[in-house]
Amino acid sequence: MSEKTKLGVLANGILDENPVLRLVLGTCPTLAVTTMAANGIGMGLAATFVLLCSNVVISALRKIIPGQVRIPCYITIIAGFVSVVQMLVKAFVPSLDEALGVYLPLIVVNCIILGRAEMFASKHAVLDSALDGIGMGIGFTLTLTIMGSIREILGAGTWLAGLDGLLPFLPEGFAIQVLPASLDPFTLMTSAPGGFFVFGVLMAGAAWLTARKKTAPAEEGND
Amino acid sequence: MVVKLASIFFTMILVDNYVLAKFLGICPFLGVSKKLDSAVGMSLAVTFVMVLASAVTWPIHTMILAPNGLEYLQTIVFILIIAILVQLLENVLKKFVPTLYRALGVYLPLITTNCTILGVTILNLDEGYNFIESIVCAAGAGIGFLVAMVLFSGVRRRVEEATPPKCFEGLPITLVSAAMVSLSFMGFGGIVESIFG
Repeated sequence: MSEKTKLGVLANGILDENPVLRLVLGTCPTLAVTTMAANGIGMGLAATFVLLCSNVVISALRKIIPGQVRIPCYITIIAGFVSVVQMLVKAFVPSLDEALGVYLPLIVVNCIILGRAEMFASKHAVLDSALDGIGMGIGFTLTLTIMGSIREILGAGTWLAGLDGLLPFLPEGFAIQVLPASLDPFTLMTSAPGGFFVFGVLMAGAAWLTARKKTAPAEEGND
Repeated sequence: MVVKLASIFFTMILVDNYVLAKFLGICPFLGVSKKLDSAVGMSLAVTFVMVLASAVTWPIHTMILAPNGLEYLQTIVFILIIAILVQLLENVLKKFVPTLYRALGVYLPLITTNCTILGVTILNLDEGYNFIESIVCAAGAGIGFLVAMVLFSGVRRRVEEATPPKCFEGLPITLVSAAMVSLSFMGFGGIVESIFG
């Protein structure tokens, strides 16, 4: 692989192959934890860590793991890193542990991680796999943050509430009031139907962006 | 006792529906709900594995992991148990009940990475359910999954014939219609408490 494509591998995960919006992987945590932007960021970072570590280890072991039992091997490796994340989050960010609840251990069965192990890490060198893991992780985190922001602003009127759990230097009870508190928040957005709805609209938006990029590359010149 | 079990069972189906309220098992919900018979097949396979997995993981957690202070191994142990159970079930069905295997076989490998299974086993312990309650909860969750899949496959047939804007075609419009189904399930909130409470 040439130098240019190294950057391409990294950027790939952000829009063109955005794991959530384009590959439709990892939908469960996307819908479940994005009631608040801060939870989206926390979940994204936790998944990125697991994705990076598992991609590196699986790629390094790709010639040793026999083909027939590769899926159980991958799951064991992923489960190991997820346990590490669980313990770290419990110890250092207990508020996030409470907010994410069962979805933290469920990173094990997040299809993004197993999907990238199978599609990318098992076929590529360690460095490329690490970049792919970071790129996919950034794409995942960004999508979760955007979705969390939309749902939190519409549903609760605040933005980034609870970020003080992630960043200890922020004052306790940190939140940015976006909509005036006198306005009744549209609480439906933070409940289950709002999740499906925002996700559907975002996915349509991503499809629209990609379609526009494809149809008008000549007029827009180089990217 | 019976009232509590019934309450857990119906709460799992109507109020805490895994797909529509807790967002577990969205991948099969979107992937396999196009046709009614595949939706039913997948849901039955999921229900079966859920009950089996709960029946195995609960004693392992309470008798082996918890007394030895090994709770932190829960995730690894549970996912391996589920993977082994699914593989075992596939082999047993293939050998002894070939008709059932033909009906459910294609869905079984997908179940290992279905978050409802691992989800129900972990949530059972988080809720502090005893052995029987865990199994009832798993059965309720499975039936709830079945109800959601069957209802949604009906909605989807209508959606397939609709002509949404180009960028909404396929999954986006499916998700928006899932929002509507989920909205209708919100109407069940509180119903179980008022009947059994």
